[in-house]
Amino acid sequence: MLISRIDSFVAISQLRLQNFFETLAGLFLFSVRFLKEVFVPPYEMEEVRKHMVELGMKTLPIVGVTGFIIGLVITMQMQPVLQRFGAESFLPGSVGISIVRELGPVITALIFAGRVSSGIGAELGSMRVTEQIDAMEVSGVNPFRFLVVTRIFATTLILPLLTVYVIFISLIGSYIAVVLVQNMTWEYYVGRVIFAIEFGDAVPGVSKTIVFGYLVGLVGSYLGFNAKNGTEGVGRASTTSVVISSLLILVFDMILVKLTLWLWPTVK
Amino acid sequence: MVEIKKIHKSFEEMIVLDGVSLQVENGQNLVVFGKSGTGKSVLLKCLIRLMEPDSGEIFIEGQDVLSLDHKSLNELRKDIGFLFQSAALYDSMNVRENLEFPLIRNFDLDQKELDKRVNRVLEAVSLEEAIDKMPSDLSGGMRKRIGLARSIITRPKLMLYDEPTTGLDPITAKEISSLILELQKAFNMTSIVVTHDVLCAKIIADYAIVLNEGHIIHEGTIDELVSSKDEFLKNFFGDEVVNPNGRG
Repeated sequence: MLISRIDSFVAISQLRLQNFFETLAGLFLFSVRFLKEVFVPPYEMEEVRKHMVELGMKTLPIVGVTGFIIGLVITMQMQPVLQRFGAESFLPGSVGISIVRELGPVITALIFAGRVSSGIGAELGSMRVTEQIDAMEVSGVNPFRFLVVTRIFATTLILPLLTVYVIFISLIGSYIAVVLVQNMTWEYYVGRVIFAIEFGDAVPGVSKTIVFGYLVGLVGSYLGFNAKNGTEGVGRASTTSVVISSLLILVFDMILVKLTLWLWPTVK
Repeated sequence: MVEIKKIHKSFEEMIVLDGVSLQVENGQNLVVFGKSGTGKSVLLKCLIRLMEPDSGEIFIEGQDVLSLDHKSLNELRKDIGFLFQSAALYDSMNVRENLEFPLIRNFDLDQKELDKRVNRVLEAVSLEEAIDKMPSDLSGGMRKRIGLARSIITRPKLMLYDEPTTGLDPITAKEISSLILELQKAFNMTSIVVTHDVLCAKIIADYAIVLNEGHIIHEGTIDELVSSKDEFLKNFFGDEVVNPNGRG
């Protein structure tokens, strides 16, 4: 009994591991295809603009609210800690650096992944199982270029913009938390934040969201474009998109942080 | 002219097409019969390389379809229309945008010419009033008609129909079948229709073949097939054999 359970556990684990590596290989090849097709005309810039507006508007409220709360909470958490060490004056700077370097980009990317990657997976998956992608191909239109390239391009461009917006909203949240416990003007607060943040904080922090945006679009498009088995496959494409894109965002964040520290060694 | 020579297609262990060969002359309407899962739709999809056959040869107007590069294949596809079983209208576009989509991307037409073509095909399928509707606002029959309009808007020489009447009530199915025949005559197209609707076949077909287990097992006119004493055909057509002229 126990042996048969162990056997079945091992078999399932092997299958899942195999599926995981197949998905990674598929993502890599899909990415290569994207890079090959993205420079080939016709450029569907109107579609890119449409997706940017749609995806941006869809995510703007949720990332705004989250950013505001994160700014508020992180300040409330740090204030007593810094007070303990007599370093309260560092509060705006340290919160600003945390938000700009890590919290703003990663939280925005994770929410974006949950909202957008699943949406792209479901939309393209549904187009695949209802033969809309085949119909596009038959009519002499390259569905990869029209559906996939435009979406990946849009997510890659829109996420850095959303991140800048979230950073700004987070700083407002943080300022409100500061004002609740001590008297400080907005000008003074912003001045302290700007004084603390260096090039090596701001530019890599926001730039890495270009990679996160690319990953979100890539994973959603890959799983949706290759969806199988009817509506069940559409659901799977949607949920798996969120899991894989979130995981990849965290893995790439780790790599990019290391790279940033290597490129700007003075920032420690 | 369409010529298929010894096409083989299998999915893992399952052989779907096992050396199928057939020929369709220009202007002819061929109906492909067969039980579900016998490879009728696969045959159509192989014809325009939505699926790649394992082996065999396909010629359309003398062009070796399987050896065409992507660009030449797209050029060839401009002359081919395909009506999918589900109509496959683009959900995010309204009827006008659905119809304009293949024209804008394949032909250099001004807005006046686009409007003219859109209005003409909508008139042909009697759905002028649906021009600004979304696919979700259309009934099954209307979706099929719009799908048909989108397929013929590029003025194809060859039309492929995958189960054009499946899921429709008998009256709408008959209307769609008659419409297919009308359009075929009006636009002088060659058609290949995959169906198991005998009524539809009776209206459309000049000639029919029956697929089973990857092979063509019978061919002839619809009346010849329906009135055949063959056991398989008797089972397949049911009471059509008893009363071959009872419908349509």
